[in-house]
Amino acid sequence: MFWYLLLLWGGISAVEVQRPRGVPLSKRPFYEENKPFTCLDGSRTIPFDRINDDYCDCQDGSDEPGTAACPNGNFHCTNAGFRPTFIPSSHVNDGICDCCDATDEYNSGAECQNTCRELWRKEKESMQKLAEIAKEGFLLKQQLIQEAKRGLEEKQTKLGEVQNSKKDLETNVEALRTAKEAAEQPEKEAKERHLKELLGGVDKVNTAAFETIWSKIREKYVSEVRTQTPSSNTDGPAPVETPQEEVREPVSDNDSEPYPDDDIPEEEDEDEDEDEDEDMDDGDYKVTGFDYILECLPIFTKSLFSSAAQKARNEFEEAERALREVDDQIRNLEKEISFDFGPSSEFAYLYSQCYELTTGEYVYRLCPFNRVSQKPKYGGSETNLGTWGKWAGPEGNVYSVMKYEQGTGCWQGPNRSTTVKLTCGKETVVTSTSEPSRCEYLMEFTSPAVCQEAPDLEVSDIHEEL
Amino acid sequence: MVPVLVVWLALCLSGTWAVDRSNFKTCDQSSFCKRQRALKPGESPYRALLETMELTNTRLTLQLINDNNKVRLLLELYRLQGNMTRVKINELKPLKPRYEVPDVLVREPPTEPLSVLSQDENGVVLSLGVESQRVIVSAQPFRLDIVEGHNVLMSLNSRGLLAFEHLRMPQPLRRYGAQPLHLPGTTKEEEEKVEEGMWEETFKSHSDSKPNGPSAVSLDFSLPGVEHVYGIPEHADTLRLKTTDNGDPYRLYNLDVFQYELYNPMALYGAVPVMLAHNTQRTTGIFWLNAAETWVDISSNTAGKTVFGKMLDYVQGSSETPQTDVRWISESGIIDVFIMLGPTPKDIFSQYASLTGTQSFPPLSSLGYHQCRWNYNDQEDVRSVDAGFDEHDIPYDFIWLDIEHTDGKRYFTWDPHKFASPKDMLQGLKDKKRNMVAIVDPHIKVDSNYKIHNEIRSRGFYVKNKDGGDYEGWCWPGNAGYPDFTQPDMRAWWASMFSYDQYEGSMDNLYTWNDMNEPSVFNGPEVTMHKDAVHGSWEHRDVHNLYGLYVHRATMEGLIQRSGGVERPFVLTRAFFAGSQRYGAVWTGDNAAEWDHLKISIPMCLSLGLVGISFCGADVGGFFKSPSPELLVRWYQTGAYQPFFRAHAHLDTPRREPWLFGPENTALIREVIRQRYTFLPYWYQLFYHAYRTGEPVMRALWVEYPQDPATFAVDDEFLIGRDLLVHPVTEEGARGVTAFLPGKEEVWFDIHTFQKHNGAQNLYIPVTMSSIPVFQRGGSIIPRKLRVRRSSACMEHDPYTLFVALNTRRTAEGELYIDDGHTFNFDNKEFIHRRLFFSNNVLSSVNVAPEAQFTTKSWIERVVILGASKPRKVTLITAGKLKTAVCNKENKVFNVGCSFQVVLSVLHEQCLKEAPVFRVKIYFALFLFADGHKSQLDFDFDASVSVLTIRKPSMNAGEDWSMALQ
Repeated sequence: MFWYLLLLWGGISAVEVQRPRGVPLSKRPFYEENKPFTCLDGSRTIPFDRINDDYCDCQDGSDEPGTAACPNGNFHCTNAGFRPTFIPSSHVNDGICDCCDATDEYNSGAECQNTCRELWRKEKESMQKLAEIAKEGFLLKQQLIQEAKRGLEEKQTKLGEVQNSKKDLETNVEALRTAKEAAEQPEKEAKERHLKELLGGVDKVNTAAFETIWSKIREKYVSEVRTQTPSSNTDGPAPVETPQEEVREPVSDNDSEPYPDDDIPEEEDEDEDEDEDEDMDDGDYKVTGFDYILECLPIFTKSLFSSAAQKARNEFEEAERALREVDDQIRNLEKEISFDFGPSSEFAYLYSQCYELTTGEYVYRLCPFNRVSQKPKYGGSETNLGTWGKWAGPEGNVYSVMKYEQGTGCWQGPNRSTTVKLTCGKETVVTSTSEPSRCEYLMEFTSPAVCQEAPDLEVSDIHEEL
Repeated sequence: MVPVLVVWLALCLSGTWAVDRSNFKTCDQSSFCKRQRALKPGESPYRALLETMELTNTRLTLQLINDNNKVRLLLELYRLQGNMTRVKINELKPLKPRYEVPDVLVREPPTEPLSVLSQDENGVVLSLGVESQRVIVSAQPFRLDIVEGHNVLMSLNSRGLLAFEHLRMPQPLRRYGAQPLHLPGTTKEEEEKVEEGMWEETFKSHSDSKPNGPSAVSLDFSLPGVEHVYGIPEHADTLRLKTTDNGDPYRLYNLDVFQYELYNPMALYGAVPVMLAHNTQRTTGIFWLNAAETWVDISSNTAGKTVFGKMLDYVQGSSETPQTDVRWISESGIIDVFIMLGPTPKDIFSQYASLTGTQSFPPLSSLGYHQCRWNYNDQEDVRSVDAGFDEHDIPYDFIWLDIEHTDGKRYFTWDPHKFASPKDMLQGLKDKKRNMVAIVDPHIKVDSNYKIHNEIRSRGFYVKNKDGGDYEGWCWPGNAGYPDFTQPDMRAWWASMFSYDQYEGSMDNLYTWNDMNEPSVFNGPEVTMHKDAVHGSWEHRDVHNLYGLYVHRATMEGLIQRSGGVERPFVLTRAFFAGSQRYGAVWTGDNAAEWDHLKISIPMCLSLGLVGISFCGADVGGFFKSPSPELLVRWYQTGAYQPFFRAHAHLDTPRREPWLFGPENTALIREVIRQRYTFLPYWYQLFYHAYRTGEPVMRALWVEYPQDPATFAVDDEFLIGRDLLVHPVTEEGARGVTAFLPGKEEVWFDIHTFQKHNGAQNLYIPVTMSSIPVFQRGGSIIPRKLRVRRSSACMEHDPYTLFVALNTRRTAEGELYIDDGHTFNFDNKEFIHRRLFFSNNVLSSVNVAPEAQFTTKSWIERVVILGASKPRKVTLITAGKLKTAVCNKENKVFNVGCSFQVVLSVLHEQCLKEAPVFRVKIYFALFLFADGHKSQLDFDFDASVSVLTIRKPSMNAGEDWSMALQ
């Protein structure tokens, strides 16, 4: 009664193989009819009639391959016409159809249809579709790799060129510096004279000016602090509509710039210039000097800045700026060249690009290797969901997942972060976003760069893989 | 759920994680509590006017007079069936009616006659009818003593703290002439001192207009010989109540307390005004039926004797006796107190159950594992979590949706984007025999485009504010109205909203969760409703603690009605009151992922069990904050052995589905959830028992070992029913726990190793992360289903394994209860209820409900006998076809040709009250001669632990059978 006909899946050849219910063909030799059965873990030997007698005798569950008796057993669905599979014994006769050939529900009253062929047809279709995509994607990927290679070469060439031009520029800067210093000599002398006169008369601190400057500094400081702290309403409870809105995030102001140069922000450059002018560390002195400069600058400009010196200075500064630009270029090039764009740099094309997905409430924006952000559809400030962290796929498939970290901090929680899962597609598109856990986002992203060599459409290969 | 986000923010800034105590009143800030607590003992102004005494067949009435203001009270005294006494005190002629709590008692309690034994000018002695129980009424000062033999069981007003603030005309009326009605029973002597807070009271920015003025009631109870009192949940405190002399009284006022603190008497979400008092001789109970804000003071000292009648002197015990004094103070209503006289803990449970009903019998599936989170984001999220359980081979029965599933916090609706096709989602779960719970809170968004709101408004069903308009407060949806659930027609309408045609997207596997029903009002005083809000003719003040019960009830009725009265409902509530057990499950609210919160889950649920609410659980993992993997695993291990087993987490916490903490932790959690499922037959049978008797499912040790003082304060372990002892590991990094195994005569078997331990000892148990110290009592038989599947419903037809744990007399007893698991058909006798017992080496199954009819496909696949010796052979005798034979009642016992089943049934009835051994001997004799079908069974014997495993006896679980070990 425990025997039945087995149709080999695929329906190519029908072979009659007798074996106890739930046993895969590969294990059939262990179940020899009418001979004592030794549990597959070797723990004990039992009479053959105790196989599939709905009582668990073997600790490994091997005596009950076709019933639910053992807690750790497995049932083999032959699934003729589709792919054979194992299901846990606990799914046998539980009233839920698990095997597409309906063999798991032989005694539960559940009316299961054999859906194997239908499943196979559907799977074949989707496999074919996937295979097509993979095939085309893989072709695209080859192009991408070529492009990346070319791009890399170009960049390297460019880098060499720029590095060469840097040398010229450096020479130029030095020359101009000398010229500038020479031109400035008379001016410098005059300036020193002035300074002596003016500073000589100012030994006491201008307290009013100090207060003004200090209050400005303070204001700046305070306003910065304020934007980072959620405002609180301590006067009794005032409801907040939804928890998502309870904390206003600080506004990020450079959303359109794909690659803010994280090493030297522009503003900082300007600051540095100023700092150079007032290279002073003593507070009082600083105030006095600042005040002095404020008051006296017009005089200097009018009386002291000789046009020759000014010209030399301008030229020098021009050259210096050019040098700095070249430095930036070199840095950017080096950064891009050294970036991990995948084994064949196939992801390089994503650099400097951004991809958007609009959902019911938000516009999500993924700028690969840079950052992920979210902006309310109907106005409101943008939230940083993480900046580029690393490739974070599982071992052997590291380039299947991107991790963006250290986004805007969550109230009482971690900084926002985003995991981007990459799948093979002809197009480069963000297909979905979700927030499975508070402040931890998940993005699905398709790109040809992830496509693998188009699998052989031979069905068996797909089966093994799955 | 979090109450006030603003508070939350404030907390964030101050960097603390604790309740903001300033949001909640102390006794001093609650004017009536302050007034009442200021009264000095021993100065009672109340005198009994014995000449007004009237005794009818059912009750005694007597007037009391307050000698200070001459206000008269009416005392009613009832002797109730089942060894209870009811004492009611109201104003003789109140200015207007005072609130008497309706709908909590299941019926008007039946009375027994009282009789006067003796009477003189000092008092009256009444007989309570049984066991030389008497009530002594002392006249001046008024006092009641309940006496049995020579023992005073309980005294009322023995400290003279009876206080009854009579209703009076408001101040302006008095001042401006309009001569108040000359109240009968009052005189001009009535010159009440007006104290602050009597006519108006403010708390923080909230003002309570108190149009009725002061109305508090208070009474003290002395419990001679008592050192242990329990109950009056809900408090995050030890099982044994503490004295309150040096702090605030225990408070009973349903409140949404944000991030509650542990080990203090602050009020929480629910209130059951029932206290149990216990010593080795007796258990008694006090049920203070009042739904207003209530405070309970407990003090303990040596009995202080005051002067009273000689009758009392005669019976009074030694002055050495320890004594506990208790005092109840309520803001309004009347004094209506039920004194339950035990004498055993189980008598108390049945007495209390006779008053307020028993635990509803839940669907079997609701005893499985519940997966909850605020929130599962959308249908895809639900689908993938559901799939995750299958992928990791973890069973579960319910997945839950919190408030975010709705369309803008409009209950009974679905978010159109995230839950666009709820029926598809529900069908997907149903295909796997699983269920869902969606939240329905009682606050209703004020929005003219919202059908529910419009209907409630147009029908006038909202609670009104003091000025007569609809009361509005802030809650999740923003501005919200609060339906007046105290009105029966409102409840009926609400219930009708759960019908499938009204609640769009609902299906029969969708159940309900009532949260925020204290009610929670974010911008109300103490985060709840203003006391001067109006429910029909009563103030919110009068009904506050009942509100949550009514919400729960109306919802439950809705779920019953939608199935035409066929299917059992499942509704979880956060707020509750006495009687809430009739409507479903409760949980301990918004706890936190901290070890102390894990620990407190035990006494909190034990306390609820003592007052009838068996279906209790705490959020596994802790609601606020994020548990370490160790804490999470330990919490699963604890929660799996508590009645309501649900994991839940706050919106802001990282995901914590069981498989997110690495394969080792996944395996640990899988194992313990599977253990839970193997015990489902036992849980189910215990809930059936709780439904029938009111006995708690999760039990304090002292309930089963009432004479062993060592058990009286134990609250780090507990019993499930009588037969399983659980000592969860609740310490971080624990290497071992010390479990107290109760009972001098008992032996206990480790359910995992089958190792045997003697009772009455502290046993040190080394533990690893996989250890859950659980013991089966020797002398018990526990049916389990070891084939764990995806959900409880998938296991319906699976076979049982009987775990027979032998005691020192080598006997054991247990039960097996089976029905369809989800309908009310059990009420029509569609169930199987069998008694299993082992004695003289024979294990038998006997029908204890022969009148009941039910068939099951389940069979007995295995019998495991713990503490057994090795038999030569094991013989199974089944009734076979004899079942149909007709039996003559006259020759029932010894006519071996008679129907086996009928013989057994009759025998059982006859012998039930006999000693088990005797009974079993008869059976044994019978079995040897019975003309049943006999077969030899295979078995394994493990001599190292003395465990006998009998292989595949295969009889149907509903059949009569016996099994002889020879």
